[in-house]
Amino acid sequence: MGLMAPKTMLHELTISELTGKLARREVSARQAMQACLDQISRTNPALNAFIRLDPNRALADADLADQAIAQGKTHAEFPLLGVPIATKDVIAVKDQPLNCGSKILGDFISPYDATVSRKLKEAGAVIFGRLNMDEFAMGSSTENSAFGVTRNPWDISRIPGGSSGGSAAAVAANLCYGALGSDTGGSVRQPAAFCGCVGLKPSYGRVSRYGLVAYASSLDQIGPITKTVGDAALLLETLAGHDPLDSTSVPQPVPRFTGELTGDIRGLRIGLPREYMVGGLDPEVKASVDASIRHLSSLGAEVVEISLPHTEHAIATYYIIATAEASANLARFDGIRYCKRAEGADVIDLYSRTRGSGFGEEVKRRIILGTYVLSSGYYDAYYLRAQKVRTLIRSDFVKAFESVDAIITPTSPTPPFKIGEKASDPLQMYLMDIFTISANLAGNCAISIPCGFTSPSPRLPLGMQILGPSFGESTLLRIAHAFEQSTPWHREHPPLDFATKS
Amino acid sequence: MEYEAVIGLETHVQLKTKSKMWCGCANEFGASPNTNVCPVCLGLPGVLPVANEEALRLTTLTGLLLNCTIPRRAKFDRKNYFYPDMPKNYQLTQYDQPSTSTGWVDFEHQGGISRVRITRAHLEEDVGKNSHFDRNSGVDFNRAGVPLMEIVSEPDIDGPDMACAYLNALKDILVYGGVSDCDMEKGMVRCDVNVSVRPKGTRGLGAKIEIKNMNSFSGVRKALEYEIPRQIAVVQAGGKLIQSTRRWEDTTGITEEMRTKEDAHDYRYFAEPDLMPFEPTEAWLAEVSRCVVEIPLARKQRFMRDYQLPAPDAQAFVWDRPLGDYYEAAVASAKNPKALANWVINNLRAKLTESGSALDQLKFPPAALVELVDLVDSGKISGRIAQDVFAEMFSTGSNPGRIVEIKGLAQVSDSGAIETFCDQAIAANPGPVADFLAGKEAALNFLKGQVMKLSKGKANPALVGEVLTRKIKG
Repeated sequence: MGLMAPKTMLHELTISELTGKLARREVSARQAMQACLDQISRTNPALNAFIRLDPNRALADADLADQAIAQGKTHAEFPLLGVPIATKDVIAVKDQPLNCGSKILGDFISPYDATVSRKLKEAGAVIFGRLNMDEFAMGSSTENSAFGVTRNPWDISRIPGGSSGGSAAAVAANLCYGALGSDTGGSVRQPAAFCGCVGLKPSYGRVSRYGLVAYASSLDQIGPITKTVGDAALLLETLAGHDPLDSTSVPQPVPRFTGELTGDIRGLRIGLPREYMVGGLDPEVKASVDASIRHLSSLGAEVVEISLPHTEHAIATYYIIATAEASANLARFDGIRYCKRAEGADVIDLYSRTRGSGFGEEVKRRIILGTYVLSSGYYDAYYLRAQKVRTLIRSDFVKAFESVDAIITPTSPTPPFKIGEKASDPLQMYLMDIFTISANLAGNCAISIPCGFTSPSPRLPLGMQILGPSFGESTLLRIAHAFEQSTPWHREHPPLDFATKS
Repeated sequence: MEYEAVIGLETHVQLKTKSKMWCGCANEFGASPNTNVCPVCLGLPGVLPVANEEALRLTTLTGLLLNCTIPRRAKFDRKNYFYPDMPKNYQLTQYDQPSTSTGWVDFEHQGGISRVRITRAHLEEDVGKNSHFDRNSGVDFNRAGVPLMEIVSEPDIDGPDMACAYLNALKDILVYGGVSDCDMEKGMVRCDVNVSVRPKGTRGLGAKIEIKNMNSFSGVRKALEYEIPRQIAVVQAGGKLIQSTRRWEDTTGITEEMRTKEDAHDYRYFAEPDLMPFEPTEAWLAEVSRCVVEIPLARKQRFMRDYQLPAPDAQAFVWDRPLGDYYEAAVASAKNPKALANWVINNLRAKLTESGSALDQLKFPPAALVELVDLVDSGKISGRIAQDVFAEMFSTGSNPGRIVEIKGLAQVSDSGAIETFCDQAIAANPGPVADFLAGKEAALNFLKGQVMKLSKGKANPALVGEVLTRKIKG
């Protein structure tokens, strides 16, 4: 202290800082939106985080928020009033394009709002733009997008993670104040870790999936990607709750998560699964997680070793269940009612051509894999067995959470890798999800928060994952917040030295 | 060698719900194409199904009406196949954990009661409807997502007659239970047939052949009347039948092979992850049980047993349920249930039809009709007069006893008065009197008619006959 802190630019504010300024009328929603749009013009040509954007519409919606503020609407009533929020291209927003990072949907415009979109709008948020992603959320690098790769703001020769790579890159580079992603096997947490953001995967059933284009229905959850844990808690408060339009959303009361961020984690028990300290773990990742665990200990948490014995089967189990569900979920993209149709000699030919030319390689690979594991004669050996292993993985966690309040792991075994480095080897890519995938299979909640950086050049963010029991977001957020507030990692912004000067 | 057919039916029935199976769109027939649609039933990206509880209730009710077991857990599965009328390219259905299983239907057939066992009645969704035009094709998704129940029978049916008797019985039960309107014209009932043949008296089953595309019960009959002899002819000629699916062509009256077992679909069923398993509570089941109605055959048998009615009368009260209910409301105090049935079925129903009114608009209570029947039975009024009294009751609602009293319609059984009328008739008609004496019995009826005319219909007809005979023949 004593040194002048560098002046924080408008687009660099957190959501809670911005709402404070909006409430005090120090800035307008239009100014906040304009700040994002300016930052997008400077950086998006290099980053490719936004794949669709309608600046005039975004500003017009911000003006509506300003009118509401002028009419006396408050942030107590509308917690996100005037806050620009962007969504991954897999979540339906009425009258906005919905492409899922794929060619196949052509010029599809969603005629309806996802429940999360409706809730954000009802809370006053200004939803704008479409964020890049791996096609249909299948991937860990955002390289599988029909709209081109998104680049990591910390080093544009590297991937931002995936599949919500556009969301994480946009938040990290301050192109929006917060973003929504979707997490089926780590697709919110891993890109958050790679871009130095906070990424929360809520418990299965916590947030409605209505309007989220399904990849794997029993694993998918929508989650926020934010600059701070406090912002993640704030967005979760808005998004969470039972939805009559989603039968798998759970009628659990929604706590006031922002009220749980006490900073006090004394006496909480934190488990370290011995199975997660696997070979192949990057030494810098290991060092930063080890240091973070020591730090949590110094904050008063009790750290104990635990066991999640079925961890080694998680990736195989995931790729059977997720692809099986995907093979059916993606069947509707057929060129009959919507999608860019490729005409054919007959209807079967039309299907083959439409889907053959519309889907990318990874999507086709997973559809074929999923079709295979459900086929007559193979169902028992693959799908049925995977469901049984899934039950075992779930009971591993139930058992573990009998003795600990949370579990800590690295979010990813390595720092963000180079574009193209793993693109030719799907199996290497699948292994990137080793730490994140179990939470989806078990239905737990989990969060990734910044926990350090790699050696100075390149200086790449590293993430730590905290896992909590199903519907245990309060404790999860409390631990994450206490850690964040006592470490410097989240305060650092990517240098963005590639940005065009305005 | 003689052969016999073994037949099982899969009957699809549209349920009588207000809305579709997974969304709030109206479940109605005849709307303009693609007007009863929304993102959910069009299968747009991102939508999710929410089960229609009324459809679950009607399916369980069907199970109860068909003597089925109601499992404590049912679930939906995805049945995967591509077709333009299918919005999601998978159909939601209940594969291995249906809402109901193992029941039976009893019905009248060949003068006795036959039983067909029910394998299951499960819930699924209907698909859209394809139309083909000169240059292109279109799909109407109004029907997509309409709740559809599939009732699968065991192979207990031996021929076209029994198949139709079973289908009619099933239809009557579903209409009675308020489960479906079963309107064939509107495609509310559709049927697939599984049929094989075997040497008569043996137990084994031949190659199962499924026939699709019958859109009426008579279509089912005609398809079976074609298919059974076809199969027998193949086997008798030393040929071999293989498991296959055939299509009934109503215009040509034949079945044609669509596909054999080798290229049968692999539907890759798996549990629908977007819906939770359905686990009915005791309270929910009790509520559904309260909607169970007496099925038509039971009602017929009860009417025959309790009121000693002949089968046609009982059947009339099954077909016209409100009329039967009216009869039951009246019969408790009736001395002559059969006579009351005649009045209800013949006179009352005719009068209602004639006046275009309904039972609940009647101006007199059921007990008044019983009183009228008693007046006839006790000889107080004649059947002829009773018609007039009934007409008066029908138009004014007056009590029959009061009408008889006020209008002086009571039958004349006073032999003095009758003798006077008879004397007058004999004196005025010497010809018929002579004919009667010559042995022409019909002449007596003419003379009786004359007496009735003189008495303004009030003379007791039996007494008139006696007096005339005595006076003429001495």
